[in-house]
Amino acid sequence: MSIGADIPRLDGAAKLLGTAAFVDDERIAGVLHGVTIRSPVARGRIRAIRFDPSIDWSQFTIVDHRDLPGPNQLRLIDVDMPVLAATEVRYKHEPIALIAHRSPRAVREALHAVHVDVDPLPPVFDPRTPLTPELIQYGADNVFKRIDIRKGDPAAVFASAAYVIEGEYVTGAQEHVYLETNGMLAFHADNRLVVRGSMQCPYYVLDALTHAFARPRDAFRVVQTPVGGGFGGKEDFPSLLAVHAALLAEKAGRPVKFVYDRQEDMAVTPKRHPARIRHRTAADRDGRLLAMEVSVLMDGGAYVTLSPVVLSRGTIHAAGPYRCEHIHIHGETRLTNSTPYGAFRGFGAPQTLFAIERHMDVIADRLGLDPAELRRRNLLKPGDTLATGQVFRDDTDLVALLDNALMHADYTKKKSEHAGFNAQHGYMRRGIGFACFQHGSGFTGAGETYLASEVWVEGLPDGRVEVQTAQTDMGQGTTTILAQIAADRLGVSTDAVCVAQPDTSRVPNSGPTVASRTAMVVGRLVEQACDDLAAQLGAFAAQGTASPGERIRDWHARRPGTTLRGRARYVKPDTIQWDEKHYRGDAYAGFAWAVHVAEVEVDLRTFATRVTDYVALQEIGRVVNPTLARGQVQGGVAQGIGWALYEKVALEDGAMKNAQMTNYIIPGCADLPPIRVFFDEQPSPYGPRGAKGIGELPIDGPAPAVINAVCRATRAVVREIPMTPEDLMELHSRQHGRH
Amino acid sequence: MRVLTPHCLSEALDLLAGDATLTPVAGGTDLLVSWPHRPKDNLSLLDLSRLHAELAPMRMTDGHLELGALTTYWDVITYAPIAGEFPLLIDAARQVGAIQIQTRGTWAGNVANASPAADGVPVMIAYDAEVVLGSRRGRRTVPLCDYYTGYKQTRRAADELILAIRLPRQRRDVHWFHKVGARQAQAITKVGVAVVHGEAGWRVVANSVAPFVCRCRNMEAALESGLHPTGPEELRAIVVRDISPIDDLRSTADYRLNVLARLLYFAPFMPGPANA
Ligand SMILES: Cc1cc2nc3c(=O)[nH]c(=O)nc-3n(C[C@H](O)[C@H](O)[C@H](O)COP(=O)(O)OP(=O)(O)OC[C@H]3O[C@@H](n4cnc5c(N)ncnc54)[C@H](O)[C@@H]3O)c2cc1C
Repeated sequence: MSIGADIPRLDGAAKLLGTAAFVDDERIAGVLHGVTIRSPVARGRIRAIRFDPSIDWSQFTIVDHRDLPGPNQLRLIDVDMPVLAATEVRYKHEPIALIAHRSPRAVREALHAVHVDVDPLPPVFDPRTPLTPELIQYGADNVFKRIDIRKGDPAAVFASAAYVIEGEYVTGAQEHVYLETNGMLAFHADNRLVVRGSMQCPYYVLDALTHAFARPRDAFRVVQTPVGGGFGGKEDFPSLLAVHAALLAEKAGRPVKFVYDRQEDMAVTPKRHPARIRHRTAADRDGRLLAMEVSVLMDGGAYVTLSPVVLSRGTIHAAGPYRCEHIHIHGETRLTNSTPYGAFRGFGAPQTLFAIERHMDVIADRLGLDPAELRRRNLLKPGDTLATGQVFRDDTDLVALLDNALMHADYTKKKSEHAGFNAQHGYMRRGIGFACFQHGSGFTGAGETYLASEVWVEGLPDGRVEVQTAQTDMGQGTTTILAQIAADRLGVSTDAVCVAQPDTSRVPNSGPTVASRTAMVVGRLVEQACDDLAAQLGAFAAQGTASPGERIRDWHARRPGTTLRGRARYVKPDTIQWDEKHYRGDAYAGFAWAVHVAEVEVDLRTFATRVTDYVALQEIGRVVNPTLARGQVQGGVAQGIGWALYEKVALEDGAMKNAQMTNYIIPGCADLPPIRVFFDEQPSPYGPRGAKGIGELPIDGPAPAVINAVCRATRAVVREIPMTPEDLMELHSRQHGRH
Repeated sequence: MRVLTPHCLSEALDLLAGDATLTPVAGGTDLLVSWPHRPKDNLSLLDLSRLHAELAPMRMTDGHLELGALTTYWDVITYAPIAGEFPLLIDAARQVGAIQIQTRGTWAGNVANASPAADGVPVMIAYDAEVVLGSRRGRRTVPLCDYYTGYKQTRRAADELILAIRLPRQRRDVHWFHKVGARQAQAITKVGVAVVHGEAGWRVVANSVAPFVCRCRNMEAALESGLHPTGPEELRAIVVRDISPIDDLRSTADYRLNVLARLLYFAPFMPGPANA
């Protein structure tokens, strides 16, 4: 049985030995190096681009908006973002023109000899800024997307409730800090424009190319090279970089490579959407949640990118894993003249889950209940409905999940130990906190139906099988688990399965590698494609005991030169219903559930917080590969602790100012606690052998768990992350009236 | 860019005497930061790596600990005699960058680079270190606490090399150092302080709170006169006269001042209720 086994990563050896060739490692004869001329201001009208006559520009390839064969639009959800700004710029560092040269040094120096003159226009940096006509840049009111989720009649409940508790919570931007910066290579081969690079979604890149070049799909070939981390940062952005590289390659008639250095990558690429979330909650005397009003405001940055779907996932998760009959969630994402915000692991949910899970602790304090007891009284039980009306049908016992996590963390004992410790220590304060949360697997609502993903499993002449999907491995282990799923279904060992490199000329469109969808949605399709393959083999001859490998070889021996291919395409299960217009129904086919518990120590000399212990218990359906799953959880927790305590994007004119690893602080090993990972497995009917998604779930809980612990330790009421020592000092002095 | 690699000290000093624009390079861990973004066309490096025999030795004489100019943090961490008499050197060395930097970066480079955030400098000033400078014109020593004259300004003349750093041996009964960075390793100091008490009295030296690493002489005087603070505010009122912290990308002036006062207040040597 390969599902549930600790199969070593199939890509592991090549990465350990350094033989995996990332895009910057690709050597290609005659390659030119591309760089980008960018806007010096956040908003304005371009007056002129001046090329310093001291440089012989005939040695360079230069591209601007006039060189686009098709519309000057980057195709994502909307087409509002230009590939290269033509007349107006909307954010600082927005690309205006591209230059390429044989020498990377010459091209970098040439960049200093290009001057862009822009007449500034008034920018918006805060989505709450009252609008005047000259500030409007999108639609009638700069709002990219509005969502309302309604259930019951909250207004009526508030009037008579025993308690009404309000709170506002704020979350900051976050930079992905993948190890490998963005990079792309474009060249002509076999009458096609080939694009190779670091990306999560080869078919998004293909769509962007076909749109901007106004050419059919088969004019391009998009290949994913090994990816050194993505976290969502290579979901939307590579489409832009691919079109840039392709435009230069087209004009130069030579291969062109772009590899951003760390500073450029940090300064110009999308980050997590900053959010401001307001809660108003009615509760009865026993602490039961009667009604919730939630308003979610996200900063979308200068263009739409993926903001509508980030808002969608954010609002759907905003009420947490709780039973409540009267809910109104209102969400808006608005334009600002900041670098466009984009996909980041969690995709809106970490923001809204931080808010609800902090708010639950605030409610518990108001009611004089232990935060665990408040959750026990409100966690979903089978038959309850979520905010969209989706019925909670899982076998997961959320109260037991909570109690188990608290047991692993020794919650009750720690609480009393901390009380004693804090009373006697001069400046150290300890606390324990937790968060309960869920994450929907797969695209939201009807997303999977629209995608209609396709997967192939091919029987090769040598008897092995090849899994063919567009799923990219960015270090998270996709290749390995897809091989395990196919091996398990066909009853062969994983050695007999290989996984195709995502290449749009030979793999089908199985959708993007995002949204915690690969294991559950694509994994299920792999199973179905395996069944189709097996059926073809079975129909061919019922050879009794012959192994699948022998039967595949035999099949080829009798039909040399033909292709043996099992296929599957996503069909929406009848049990899942979604009404996009009213945001009602089954938002996701499945949710993964988790409780994270954090213990912290705060040093009141320096106001620094150290997380000293961490328990992560999750129910993710069947665990396909325990080591990889643990890696996803530990990495997500580290990234979540970073978001909560360390990672502050300092903005200047809407762009990241601390675009260096010296000044954008991600936690290192010495800053992290032991991260103790536990799984509860309740097989889902929709995933392969019951697996659900796990990629994003682990980043939803750390921020509220850690900050709840800090609040227990210090009695401060923290409402905003990241919470640096400087922030905690401010809060402490405000609450205590002195330093 | 030019790189000159002298093979002995006198050759190095000759080269420096002949060309005041030469930039010495030891471990390179400061010079090479943001290397691709630096203009290099007019850069001339004087590579010190072949001068190991003359500049590296570390020795304990009767009167001094002497760190030759190429002594690295790692050399100090692994040199047993230091632990007993100059423990703060090891404390500070272990908190510089991480092991890769500790094995390349030199104490002299830390001094010469003149960053207000340098971690090697406060502990050395607290031990009354002197900088030994040499040139064709001769040798001289400058107390490290007087070595800086402004932000990134030092008393070193363009033709001089730092040859060594000398720390007097003394009886000392308080050795205390605290570095506050944004994380446990690979962090630039937001505020740091070294405190030593010995025959020469109290030394309180802070980094990242002024244009250069500085002694907090009002704080030292208060300790000499036997202060007995009842709260961190009391120390804040004293130390505020010693430092001039700023707001920057890494922290705030307020944080730097408050945290310095709080670190001192709760420090184990401080008399008063915090240690009652
Ligand atoms: C990742 C990283 C982390 C770091 N962390 C820390 C940290 O935590 N704390 C800290 O204080 N520093 C830190 N640094 C900075 C640096 O490592 C130290 O300042 C180190 O001591 C510099 O020594 P070096 O030999 O590498 O100096 P170099 O880079 O070789 O030189 C630095 C300067 O000193 C001059 N110089 C060197 N030797 C002499 C000499 N003999 N005479 C005259 N001038 C000389 C050079 O011309 C140059 O101006 C870090 C650097 C990096 C890259």
